[in-house]
Amino acid sequence: MNNCEYQQIEPLSLPTPRPAAVEEEEEKARRKWEVFPGKNRFYCDGRFILAQQSGVLPLTLGLILVTTVLFFVFDCPFLVKHLTVFIPAIGGVLFVFAVISLLQTSFTDPGILPRATPDEAAYIEKQIDNSGSSTYRHPPRTKEVVINQQVVKLKYCFTCKMFRPPRTSHCSLCDNCVERFDHHCPWVGNCVGKRNYRFFYTFIVSLSFLTAFIFGCVATHLALNTQTINVVFDFSSCTAVELVICFLSVWSILGLSGFHTYLVASNLTTNEDIKGSWSGKSEAEDTGNPYSYNNILTNCCSVLCGPMPPSLIDRRGFVPVEQSSQTVSMEMVLPMPAAKEIKVVVGPTPSQLPPSRALQVPSSPLPATPLSLTGRPQFSCLF
Amino acid sequence: MERAGTHGEMTLTGEKRDWTHSLQDMRQQAAIAAKVFIQRDYTNGTVCQFQTKFPSELETRIDKQQFEETVRTLNNLYAEAEKLGGSSYLEGCLACLTAYTIFLCMETHYEKVLKKIAKFIQEQNDKIYAPRGLLLTDPIERGLRVVEVTIFEDRSLGR
Repeated sequence: MNNCEYQQIEPLSLPTPRPAAVEEEEEKARRKWEVFPGKNRFYCDGRFILAQQSGVLPLTLGLILVTTVLFFVFDCPFLVKHLTVFIPAIGGVLFVFAVISLLQTSFTDPGILPRATPDEAAYIEKQIDNSGSSTYRHPPRTKEVVINQQVVKLKYCFTCKMFRPPRTSHCSLCDNCVERFDHHCPWVGNCVGKRNYRFFYTFIVSLSFLTAFIFGCVATHLALNTQTINVVFDFSSCTAVELVICFLSVWSILGLSGFHTYLVASNLTTNEDIKGSWSGKSEAEDTGNPYSYNNILTNCCSVLCGPMPPSLIDRRGFVPVEQSSQTVSMEMVLPMPAAKEIKVVVGPTPSQLPPSRALQVPSSPLPATPLSLTGRPQFSCLF
Repeated sequence: MERAGTHGEMTLTGEKRDWTHSLQDMRQQAAIAAKVFIQRDYTNGTVCQFQTKFPSELETRIDKQQFEETVRTLNNLYAEAEKLGGSSYLEGCLACLTAYTIFLCMETHYEKVLKKIAKFIQEQNDKIYAPRGLLLTDPIERGLRVVEVTIFEDRSLGR
């Protein structure tokens, strides 16, 4: 084998990435989030992901902030004086929990499945044609698998060019297949799926506690206040605003929390519940849901406290250049459908290594790398 | 063309360079003959498991037992990553109590096992698959959907 030939060929990677290699950089190296085919928006160079339509996320945040601020400003002084100092403390903790889990729900990758590579798609098509189950394109292609003695149909996704895993659904708003798809929530501006369901659940539970708590405190305040004579006009109108907001929202949020508690306990998703995937079964079967552990505690633990799966879309990795291009051109040939506009990205300086999947780089990364190889898992595991 | 960060000339450890050297030579001198995709096995639910059925395209290249052993070990590793047990519950509960901010500073159990898997695949490629003109791709690069096995043409390896 020649010793020096590999230096002549630039760029070097194949469509199949090497297990322990770092993806090479061109001067205009692009990160994968820039060429992501789904309808998502990315912030902070791919660290945060949001749906294209943020829905009413600003409204949600605004309502929570306004109500809590009004509560702290107008009700807490009175209640601290008349009742206990723990009231603002409890309110503060609930508020922090609610806001943090809301932001995490909104900015976390819900479990998006990356689309099939062209090779994969061709392989699957070949298999379908060989098996003769579908000779033309348009009828939905399905594949049946047996999961825990139940027959489950897997549908073929024409957008993502793959058979969807069980419990995966394609969100038309985000144009992505999402694992364990629950629903697309406009209030948080993102899909709720496998990776951010626990954040979503924490959010609605803490929000329902917060709303109920504020409602209770405000009602107490008003009740106690009528006993005293002085009622300042703008003082009580703010309290009334809080009362109205809380009263209107507490029922729906409490109801939603209750509904999701039921879903968690039976290991169902909203999508499955609405479609009645498992409820149409006959009485003779103990349970229609093949994913349930048939034990409420195990179901809850597995959904809420299970291991946190990683993000599969590798937003901050660099797009590899296909070997077939073989030219040192300014343009990059992308394995995935190209992004809408060509963006010139400032490539890393020579002292920096392009960040790659940190798991695949062997033990000694460059110490001077600010785009740290350890940075990726920390962000990816959260988002 | 000398450029820092270019693959093969990076200032990583020498042994890494030698490893990629031999794989690179193989890749540049060998064309890709075919690719085989090992699909997921859903009989146990949504846990990440791959089918151990031996694909016919690999019959001439590798031993059936060897291949099945690789896939079985991979499956065991993924099962370990997704295992529901005391330690994972503890991690989950602790994360919940800290409003999940603990994920910012801590590597999750799953990520640790993914590193193990990456290392395992690298070893397998080194020892078993590269000498036979095959290359395994880490499933995480394919969204945990498939294990991609690239089959290179034989000519450059002198077999």
